[in-house]
Amino acid sequence: MLFVIGAAGFVFRKNIISVFMCIELMLNSVNLAFIGFSRYLGNLNGQLFAFFVIVVAAAEAAVGLAIIVAVFRNRDSLNIEDLDSMKL
Amino acid sequence: MVVIFYIAAALAILAALSVVAQHRPVYSALSLIVVLCSLAVVYLFLGAEFIAVIQVIVYAGAIMVLFVFVIMVLNADREVVSQRSRMAHWLGAPLVVALLAEILFAIWNQFPAAGTSPAAPVPAGPAAIGHLLFRNYVLPFEVTSILILVAILGAVVLAKKEF
Repeated sequence: MLFVIGAAGFVFRKNIISVFMCIELMLNSVNLAFIGFSRYLGNLNGQLFAFFVIVVAAAEAAVGLAIIVAVFRNRDSLNIEDLDSMKL
Repeated sequence: MVVIFYIAAALAILAALSVVAQHRPVYSALSLIVVLCSLAVVYLFLGAEFIAVIQVIVYAGAIMVLFVFVIMVLNADREVVSQRSRMAHWLGAPLVVALLAEILFAIWNQFPAAGTSPAAPVPAGPAAIGHLLFRNYVLPFEVTSILILVAILGAVVLAKKEF
């Protein structure tokens, strides 16, 4: 459910930072699934994998925000509809 | 006691809807912090104390602070209304509901007996996770440390003003 909310926000939002936050929301929903199944199966591997997901999400958030800052410096707009230089 | 679990879960969903629906990115960021903290409470109920604390410290404490910094620096304001097609807007909402129904259907068919109880809870303190982490999962551990190093270098290089 959280995943679908995040996916809907990812598709519909115009601000690029909001889109990024919806990506983080989807990552959190996946984490919840991991930990839920870890409890259900009585296994600790799910929690460990959730830990790695948190670590990777942290690294990706840092790099993604740096990219957003660089894009903002070049285009001076946070609207994803203005980032269309790769369109036909 | 169990009612707190349901309250936290409902709060997580409400805050997630707020993340998606707010007009200003700052309110979305604050709602995302609420989502992270309520998910941490849910993790506590699921027997994952270590992950709950790690989530609050790392995710809500560091990543979201970074987000709020970037929002403040870039001075992100309200969103403008789209100039693009309105049809995508009207077609999108039923498709989101369809996606949700499909995911729920797939999960429901996977676990037909709704009354199955989970296995015995495994002791999940930091010692047990450390055991697993440094025996079976040493390679992902080292690889993620290199990943973090690369991410730090990449973020600094990407965000520098001039070389």
